[in-house]
Amino acid sequence: MSTSVPETGATAAQSAERRAVRTRWLLVSPAVVIIGCVGILPLSIILLYSLLEPAEYAGVVWTFSPEAWMGLVLERDIFDDTLGLSSAHLTIYTRSILQALFTTVLTLIFGFPTAYFIATRPAKERNIWLFLVTIPFWTNLLIRTFAIMLIVRDEGLVNHALINIGLIEKPLAILYTDVAVAIGLVYAYLPFMVLPLYASMEKLDFRLVEAGYDLYANRRRVLRRVIVPLVKPGVIAGCILVFIPSIGAYVTPRLLGGGKNMMLGNLIANQFGTSRNWPLGSAMALALMGLVMIALVIYVRNVTAAGQKSHG
Amino acid sequence: MKLKATVSAIALGLGLAMGGGSAMAEGELHLFNWGNYTAPDLIEAFEKAHGVEVTIDDYDSNEAMLAKVKVGSSGYDVTVPSDYMVKIMIEEGLLLQSNPHEMENFQHIGDAFRSPYWDPKREYSVPWLWGTTGISVNTNFYDVGGAPNDRWSWSIVMDPPEELRGKINMVSEMNDVIAAGLFYLGKDQCNDNRDDLRELNDLLQSAKEHWRTIEYGIIEKLTSLDVYASHNWNGASMRARLQIPEIVYVYPKEGLVGWADNVVILADAPNVENARLFLNFIMAPENAAMMSNFARYANSVDGSEQHMEAAMSDAPEVNAPNGTPTPTFIPPCPREVTELYTKIWNNLLK
Repeated sequence: MSTSVPETGATAAQSAERRAVRTRWLLVSPAVVIIGCVGILPLSIILLYSLLEPAEYAGVVWTFSPEAWMGLVLERDIFDDTLGLSSAHLTIYTRSILQALFTTVLTLIFGFPTAYFIATRPAKERNIWLFLVTIPFWTNLLIRTFAIMLIVRDEGLVNHALINIGLIEKPLAILYTDVAVAIGLVYAYLPFMVLPLYASMEKLDFRLVEAGYDLYANRRRVLRRVIVPLVKPGVIAGCILVFIPSIGAYVTPRLLGGGKNMMLGNLIANQFGTSRNWPLGSAMALALMGLVMIALVIYVRNVTAAGQKSHG
Repeated sequence: MKLKATVSAIALGLGLAMGGGSAMAEGELHLFNWGNYTAPDLIEAFEKAHGVEVTIDDYDSNEAMLAKVKVGSSGYDVTVPSDYMVKIMIEEGLLLQSNPHEMENFQHIGDAFRSPYWDPKREYSVPWLWGTTGISVNTNFYDVGGAPNDRWSWSIVMDPPEELRGKINMVSEMNDVIAAGLFYLGKDQCNDNRDDLRELNDLLQSAKEHWRTIEYGIIEKLTSLDVYASHNWNGASMRARLQIPEIVYVYPKEGLVGWADNVVILADAPNVENARLFLNFIMAPENAAMMSNFARYANSVDGSEQHMEAAMSDAPEVNAPNGTPTPTFIPPCPREVTELYTKIWNNLLK
């Protein structure tokens, strides 16, 4: 950054600073362009479409209408056009939220001990265990979901096994129910819980755990007062990574739900398919995004506040 | 390290170039058809005869296909809408006027299919296969008899017997499900009478309690015993019977929907010439027979019978037994009716 022309100190510093600013902008510009082109621009189109009227066979008519946003929770009665709460949509929202919460809790219950187990192995062994956790990613989710269908169907592995050991007489109807969808979601998102949990457990100073024992804490107390607070960032990251994709899950409920038991992802996809209501689909997608972002902000704020408290 | 990176960069570049190149090559045809409906040997024969590489993508309902095509630049050349959908697509300006009636093999088309209401001069469409939408029942679990009788009714799915409850699938096609309900209630098709529709809505909502699924992959659902009965198309029912002989195709006494699928070229098709070749190709008797032998539906091409498997000629699914109702071909309903149907349908799928 040296120039051959002599300059006074002040202007040299100024132009160096200007150059630095320009370089910084040049360096971030690819990111800005990508975020603009594949993030903000499509979102603006979605926002625009959500404020228009649906065309008869897919697409939009260019007249302003707030109908789509109202349609998120309200609905005109099929027969007498009176406005009321949309039971169909509310059913699906509730189901989606419950499924996502259930998935998050269950993956945490399974994921926590798994991550703890891996983190407490000798360093060399850990990689093998981590590798095993990531193996399912090598196969497409679609294929893995089909495999689950084969396992839980009426004439499938689980039912045959249960009948053979005499636990049940008639096959359990698991496939094409909310239970099947829940199984699929927990299976699909478990690694997303294990990996961040492991990342924070790996950094856990086990001397603190020992210190806890030395101070006469029992195992449960050590877990609650020492381990959990220390790996809290991992727990939160894991919960976020599981909750967000599972509330918008598409493939799993599509295949395991049997065309019924829809979740939000399917409802949104339907608006761009057979229901032919793009504005409503756009409004739903944005509403879902907004809700998730608000939840995230609240979450992150609480975490940072809690973090400051413990260090302060 | 550096060498490796360079080599992989070159490989990637080449891959992209080749991928991009082949997408623009002339010898291609992109077919958008119903799932599990395209005979592999037909495609093979076409590829061999014309040196064209065919790619197939599939859909599970006319509405799903329309939604994708309507957006534009779908990349598909040829698609296979049912009768009423051809009319909608023509009106929407989505189809290319390819004048199949002037094509060489059009002479083989049977008289009954030369001038249908949806394309009176056959300017846009070529017949693919046709059939009916009735009910498949696995008689190992519920006996409906092997010949037309009083139990051959829509009540099998609309007010199911104990044995079938929770073991029923319905086709994921709005018009077919609503038509079935209206047949069962004895009401007019394309109905905009609010009282009738309210009754229909109540019927479907109560019947839904007994339906396990509302989905397309019907043959597999029947043969894996996930369901014992399904609202089904006749050819799919026959294919299921060939695996489980006790599966009977029921022609409900209240009436049933007849349909005829058609091959059309999209207005924005990238490979129009190959699409024309394909339309002409499937009208040849030996090729139409391949379609029927695979999907187990009747075709509309005279002289294809002699190329057809013996199993087809005496199949009760294809040759309706005496005493079954004449299938009804339902034209596209007026817009207000379709809107009401769509609401009832969405309400059903929640």
